[in-house]
This record gives sequence, C-alpha cells and structure tokens, in this order.
Amino acid sequence: MTVRGLCFAHGERKIFDGVDLRIARGKVTAIMGPSGTGKTTLLRLIGGQLRPTAGTVTVDGQDVHQLSREKLFQLRKRMGMLFQSGALLTDLSVFDNVAFPLREHTDLPESMIRHLVLMKLEAVGLRGAHGLMPRELSGGMGRRVALARAIALDPMMILYDEPFTGQDPITMGVLVQLIRKLNDSLKLTSVIVSHDVKETSAIADYIYVLSGGKVVGEGSPEALGRTSSPWVRQFLQGLPDGPVPFHYPAPDFLGDLLGGGSP
Amino acid sequence: MFHSKTVEIGVGLFVALGLAALFMLAMKVSNLSAFSGGDGYQVTARFQNIGGLKERAPVTMSGVRVGRVKSIDFDDQSYQALVTLDIDSRWTRIPTDSTASIFTAGLLGEQYIALEAGGEEQFLAEGGELKLTQSALVLEQLVGQFLFSKAAEGPKAPEGSKGGEAAAPAR
Amino acid sequence: MIEVLRRLGRTGLQFFERLGRGHLFLGYVLLGVPEVLSRFRLLVAQVWSVGVLSLVIVLVSGVFVGMVLGLQGYNTLVDFNAEESLGVVVALSLVRELGPVVAALLFAGRAGSALTAEIGLMKATEQLAGMEMMAVDPLRRVVAPRFLAGLLSMPLLAAIFSAVGVLGGWFVGVGLLGVDDGAFWSQMQAKVDLHDDILNGVIKSVVFGIVVTWIAVFEGYDAVPTSEGVGRATTRTVVHSSLAVLGLDFVLTALMFNDI
Repeated sequence: MTVRGLCFAHGERKIFDGVDLRIARGKVTAIMGPSGTGKTTLLRLIGGQLRPTAGTVTVDGQDVHQLSREKLFQLRKRMGMLFQSGALLTDLSVFDNVAFPLREHTDLPESMIRHLVLMKLEAVGLRGAHGLMPRELSGGMGRRVALARAIALDPMMILYDEPFTGQDPITMGVLVQLIRKLNDSLKLTSVIVSHDVKETSAIADYIYVLSGGKVVGEGSPEALGRTSSPWVRQFLQGLPDGPVPFHYPAPDFLGDLLGGGSP
Repeated sequence: MFHSKTVEIGVGLFVALGLAALFMLAMKVSNLSAFSGGDGYQVTARFQNIGGLKERAPVTMSGVRVGRVKSIDFDDQSYQALVTLDIDSRWTRIPTDSTASIFTAGLLGEQYIALEAGGEEQFLAEGGELKLTQSALVLEQLVGQFLFSKAAEGPKAPEGSKGGEAAAPAR
Repeated sequence: MIEVLRRLGRTGLQFFERLGRGHLFLGYVLLGVPEVLSRFRLLVAQVWSVGVLSLVIVLVSGVFVGMVLGLQGYNTLVDFNAEESLGVVVALSLVRELGPVVAALLFAGRAGSALTAEIGLMKATEQLAGMEMMAVDPLRRVVAPRFLAGLLSMPLLAAIFSAVGVLGGWFVGVGLLGVDDGAFWSQMQAKVDLHDDILNGVIKSVVFGIVVTWIAVFEGYDAVPTSEGVGRATTRTVVHSSLAVLGLDFVLTALMFNDI
C-alpha cells in the first residue's frame, strides 16, 4: 500500500499537506503523532470514507478513490478496521457482532458461521464471552471482540485506530501481543495509528511520525530512537517543551493581563 | 435477535390488530356494505331547483337506499339542474315513469333523492331519464308563498294578519 | 449591514444544503427498500421497535380521545335533539382528522425520537462508520428497514387509534349517556363513506408515516455525533415532524375534502 502526496483540508484547516507513506505487505507499520494531527482522518482516507483534496491512496494496486462504490466495497471486505471505540453494534450480542460481516457478505450455513465465529473469538481469547452483550464488556474486551470481527472475513490488511488508548497495562499487553500474533499467523498487513510510543515501538516494524500534516520522521523503532530530529526526539521521549511549545500561540501575556488584547 | 420469537409474535399481533381495525372501520363504521359504487347503472333527472343537494347524496326508494347522486350539472339550454344518479345494479325493476323528489332528512339533515315507483311496465336502464321530478323545497319560497296566500285571502280574519306579521321576522 | 446580509446568505445556503441532503438521503434510502423486502427478519425487528412499542400509547390515547369526543359531542348534540348523530360526529372526527393526526404526533414523540436517538448514537459511537468499513452500507442495513417499518406501522397505528376511539365514543355515548345503540351505528354507517372518509384517512396516515419516519431517520443520520448533537437532533425530530404533520394535514384536507 502506498500513499502519495496526500493532501486533505477540513474546511479552512489543512490537515495533510503532502504525506507520502509506503506500507509493506506482511509488516506492522505504525503511524504516530501527537493528538490532533489527523491520524484517524488518515485511516478514514485509506478506507475510502473521506476523499483527499489531492494525492492518491493505492491499496493492493488499486487507487482507493478512483474505485466505483461497488469496487470500493469489494476492497473493504479485504480490509479490517478496528475503531477507537470498538464500534460494536450495541443491539447485537458478541457472537452476532462477529458473525455480522459473515452474514452480510456470505451465504454460509449457520453451522459454518458458528464454527468460524467461535474460531475467531478463540483467537482473541473470548470464546467464553460469546453470549454477552457489548455493554457487558470492558473496554479492552470490547476491542478484542472488535478485532475478532475485523478478522472475520480473513482480510489482507487491518487498520488499527488508537488500539491502546485508555487501557490498563495488562489489557495493553494483551492487545500488543494479539496484534503481533495475528499479524504473523494470519499473514496480515497491519497499520497502527497511535500515540502510545512504548507499546507501538514494541511491535512495529516501521514507524512514521506525523506532525503538522507532514511526515517528520520515519524508520524502524531502533533507527528512530537514534534520530537527530529534535521534534521526533521530543515526541518519542515525551518531553514537555521543545519544538512543540507548551503554550498555545497567544499574545504577549503581560499585554493580555492588562486588557490590551481582545478577550 | 435474542427474543426473536417474542418479537415475531408481537409484530404478528400488531399487524393483525391493525388490519382488524381497518376492517372494522370499513365494515362497521362506513357504509361499505350498503353501496360500493361503480357497479351500477346511471340515469339522469332534471330538476328546476335542487336546493342543497350534494354529490354522493343517497338515492332511496321507500326509504331504502338504492344508489347515490353521481354528479350535478347545470344545463344552460333548459336552465335546469342535471343530476346523474348511480343506481345499484341489484335494482333493475324501477319503472321509467317513477318520480324523483328531493327531500330533506330531518329538520337539519342533508338532502336526498327519493324515487317513487310509477305504473309503467318498462324499467330504467343505463342512460335512462326520470321525466317526473319534484324540486327541492326552498324555505324562502315556502314562506313567500305562505305570505302571498295569506295576503290574497284578504283581511277577512284577524288571525290571518296576525300570522303574517308573526311569519315576517322568520324571514 | 454587509455582515447581516452575509449571515442571512449563509443561513439560507445551509437551509438549502440540508434540504437537498435530506432529499438525496431519501432517494438512497428508497433505493435500499427493495433489498429490505428480501430480508424480512430485519423488517420484522424494526416493526417491533417502531410499531409494536408505540401500540400502548396509541391504544390508550385513542380510547380517551374517543371518550372525550363522545362526551363533548353529546353535550353539543343534545341541544339539537340530535344525539343519535353522536356516532357520526365521533367517527368522522376520528377517521378524517384525529386518527391520522394524533396518531402521527404520538408516533413522532414515541417512535420518531427513538429512531433519531438510536441512529444518532450509532453514528456517535462509530457503529455506522464501522459498518461502512465492513463494506456494509448503513443506509441499506440500518436506515432502510427502519424507514420501511415506520411507513408500514403508521397507517396501522392510525387505524387502531380510530377504531378504539370509535369504541371509546360508543362506550361513553351508548354505555354511559344512553344514546340508542342501533342509531349510533346506523347513523354512522349512513354518513361515513368508505372512499371519502376512510380511504382518505388512510392516505393521510401513510403520508404522515413517510414524513415522520423520513425526518426521524434523517435527523439521526445527519446528527452531530456527540451526545449534545444527538439530543438536539431528537428535539428537532419531534418539533419538525409535528409541524410537518399539522401543516400537511391542512394541505391534504384542503385537497381531499374541499371538492364539493
């Protein structure tokens, strides 16, 4: 998968300004950046839910945004996506959620679907929870169910949107391991969007760091660790001040206090 | 879909109830059974004055509903009202010399056409015409006629003039 | 001055944008309707949540509205010695106006708001986006069945409302106030016309069903995906669909009952 010269603007605000990415088949590629750099937007661009103002996204040789709706849906069947919230269908049980893509896209008999669903749930370690409703799951379990659903159609690629955010350390560990394991055992291509540096570095084969709508650093986790870019260093090590200022751009403090600036 | 049986039964009951309600409205509330229209034959009648007769008003014989008024038109040749009646096809033995009169149901009720059978051996069919008609009674004309006749009687009885004065405000 | 004009223009543009989006949305949903018919289970599940769950409120309101009509109608008619016409008054008011209109208002409050909230929340929790990424069109899978269910349920609910209303009026008139039972029904049957009154009432309720469900699913689908946005959308559904029902009722009444 390649992304070339991608530009995207939301109203007046430019979110991407010429982003180039190459994502290798069978690897785990991470895209990192501080909050608000539009990482989720990037995934939606890749998935074809949004249309870029310029540039192309090519997945498996097909330009995502040139495809007809039908072709795009065909392509999406081979892409899984894990949303930040899990996006489980709240009116369906765990079992039905995982079975959902199978029932929608295949005419398999119910016994076969049951077989497949339990297999996928087993892969994420939640076979015992198949009768629960999504509201009865913890956040981490919900994400694992969503993961089982994402791999239900045996996709070639999975997009993860902030898989680690807001999880306790144990759950994080489980998810990190799962992503790596699934990637290797199912021969997937994984794209992780995250700002959790430690966990992401642990499993990624290659990392892109985004900021201000541009790629500011790339390389394997080890290579990035030795980077000379002050920006990337600040981000990876989590320093409070550096090229990214602590203060939101503001007029002179004293002048503001004295009522000189507009409120 | 875990309660799917309950859901299905509930929906089934709901739809049945809805259809039953529609059926009740059609059969019990409205006059479907009395006359459905369209499958009858049409005859015309000319009236000097139809008063407040409206389309879809009932047409009765001996008080039984046999049809309805289909359309009301004005004939500017004869200066008469041309009323088309839709008679239910069940009744084929209405003599051609029957009289059509416009009556009022009750004091405030709507107006309808009453047919009174004549003695002819020939019966009305599609396109036939009722020659004998009696116009609607218009209240103002009635009062006017009454006053007129009272005035013509002259001042021979004092009650008469009293009655005339009493009737005047009713106008 | 320029600023006012600019704002006016922007508001106008936004209005037309929403109007256009709403109609395009309806078009897409209608395209998805044939597919729903082939997946009957989806439709049944939605008829349950849209129709069956509105049934209780419609039944209760229908009985009470009918009883009130019986009482009020009797008090007016008894002055003219015409209390036998009570059946006509009750049935005509219900079948022509109150059945479709009140049922539609209740439907907007009960089912319409629930539809908006449900779809809006599905949007806010990324369920719709998730479906799209699973190559499932949410317009066909989520919106179309709900739309069709609303469209089918509304006439049934209105008919049920009218029917139990007539029974409620009958209970008060004949049961409590002593109107003659035979006259009640026979006058009703003589004056209520299948085509003019009942059919037109059904047509009204179908139109209201389409409009209310359309507004509800569109507001949900178009909601700002936050809890505040969904709340606003739900309020808008109830307000807009109530206004639409009352406005359309006038137009439909003028078209249907004004031809004599």
